[in-house]
Amino acid sequence: MTDILTVHRLVKRFKSVTAVNDISFSVSPGQCFGLLGPNGAGKTTTIEMMEGISKPSSGEVRLFGEPADRRAYERIGIQFQNTALQDYLTVEETLKLFAAFYPVTLPREELIELCSLGDFLDRDTRRLSGGQRQRLLLALALINDPDLVFLDEPTTGLDPQSRRNFWELVQGIKRRGKTIVLTTHYMDEAQVLCDDIAIMDQGRIIERGSPEALLSRHFDGVMVHLPKSAAEGRTLPFEVLELDDRLEIQTGQVDRTVQQLTAAGIPLDGLQVKSPNLEDLFLKLTGHALRA
Amino acid sequence: MLTRMLAVFNARNREFWRDRSSLSWNLAFPFLLVFGFYFIFGQGMPMFKVGVISDQDAYITKPRFMSLNHVQFVPYEDLDVAVQRVRRHQIDLLMDLDERRYWVNEESRNGYMAERLLVSEDPDFQRRLVRGEPIRYVDWVLPGIIGMNIMFSSLFGVGYAIVRYRKNGVLKRLKATPLSAFEFVGAQILSRLLMVLVIAAILFFGSHWALATLMLGSYGPLVLTILLGALAMISLGLAVASRTRSEELTGGLLNMATWPMMGLSEVWFSLEGAPESVHRISDLLPLTHLVSAAREITTEGATLLEVSDHLLTLAGMSAVFLLIAAALFNWDSDHR
Repeated sequence: MTDILTVHRLVKRFKSVTAVNDISFSVSPGQCFGLLGPNGAGKTTTIEMMEGISKPSSGEVRLFGEPADRRAYERIGIQFQNTALQDYLTVEETLKLFAAFYPVTLPREELIELCSLGDFLDRDTRRLSGGQRQRLLLALALINDPDLVFLDEPTTGLDPQSRRNFWELVQGIKRRGKTIVLTTHYMDEAQVLCDDIAIMDQGRIIERGSPEALLSRHFDGVMVHLPKSAAEGRTLPFEVLELDDRLEIQTGQVDRTVQQLTAAGIPLDGLQVKSPNLEDLFLKLTGHALRA
Repeated sequence: MLTRMLAVFNARNREFWRDRSSLSWNLAFPFLLVFGFYFIFGQGMPMFKVGVISDQDAYITKPRFMSLNHVQFVPYEDLDVAVQRVRRHQIDLLMDLDERRYWVNEESRNGYMAERLLVSEDPDFQRRLVRGEPIRYVDWVLPGIIGMNIMFSSLFGVGYAIVRYRKNGVLKRLKATPLSAFEFVGAQILSRLLMVLVIAAILFFGSHWALATLMLGSYGPLVLTILLGALAMISLGLAVASRTRSEELTGGLLNMATWPMMGLSEVWFSLEGAPESVHRISDLLPLTHLVSAAREITTEGATLLEVSDHLLTLAGMSAVFLLIAAALFNWDSDHR
């Protein structure tokens, strides 16, 4: 099947700063592709080049198997990270305004239901809560019934409940067979929503694959965390990663590890067992945590 | 408390000092005003402006009235033009030195006072009353006020709004749709033209109904004048706002465009008697042509042909400003 989006050797420079440094990847139809990384990694710059908002310094973006052009851009939907809407318009008037820009649109009732806008259709867009606002912006991204939807950090600044509500909406869009490109610095969001991810840091892609594949590639089993004070003055019988206030032991056999700790006379107070997640992966790959 | 206040005081001072565009504007603008008005009006405004008609190259038999201080004498060659100036309050009195007669507009307060002085100094001058409907100051100033309103509404309503849209991301969101820059800008222009026309109509007919202001010409040329004047102003606003995302800078630039027009486009007072260089600067300003054409239509009954020079100038200015705006326009800014 033809890739719906292909990025080849993309570079973007701002004066002396290289924000995006020679990245390549492709996205298959129906996938939710996640572009992950901390603030400043180059995610938004990359997504804006894919959307046609800014021009690459070099490299190529292909949409629907062809070099990106005006017709292709009419088949995409975009939710920007930061955007304002025209003042003094209600939610419904804003939907009508944007619908007028496209030759083909989703029926308004369907869009309203899909993005749960029904309760605040008559409200001035300046008076919306963060979650309501993001739902409206999502509706605007879907208004032309796009084949490919770009969501740039759509849940940044939302409370946990609103984030989860938004995830449900995105999953609803996935069920309709849409291809989604999502940027986020929330690893839990990527783990829930994405089928395929690329991790970016300092303008480069440092790892690529499905969340499960990446975790199994880089982690063996689970992680056991111990407070640093518990092992003071003692030598542990396995490899240990020192974090801020705790020690991390990777193991495929938790029972045996606990037995070894007990045999070494190490108190088990404060011991935690957790499965590795993308946050741990990022830490392992870059040596620094994801910054919010 | 004093420490906290001092900290905020220092921070605010640094902010003001480091905001170069605002600082230079705050310093430059008052100087521009002071030097501008000094240049326009010399070292003092005359109390009266009096037109003088004479076939003689020099005023050999100069009336005693002409030796008075604080009266500015403006020579005219064409009697009809000069009489028209009296009718329009642009000069307070007109003297014909050869025929020993003068024209005065009875509705003019300054004309009354100038006439008293003339009669007391040179009682042999024969009085001529300007014929036709006297033009009150309100009739004269109404086109100026409507023009000024159009200027502010067009420049700030379009230019400033576009910079705000660019800064807060509205333009970027619109760019991501099939909407073209031409469609967006065209819609802004048409919307503002409609609003300007409606507001001008309310102002005009409201004043006409309440104060019986003059309308000696036809409505067609007046509407065309207002539309072309507004288009020139909107285009100027678009050119100013074509790239920048700084509201402060745009505000400064738009103020820099509006203030000279307020002073030099005969909104509140006539420039009759001002130096020729001032008239040349005034002719470069779109508000001058808007106000002059509207005034000639309403107070003199000028036809479309008679104001066509102003209308062509406005159309030309609109074309130039629009070309500049089209060449420079950017959805985002020049910084990215």
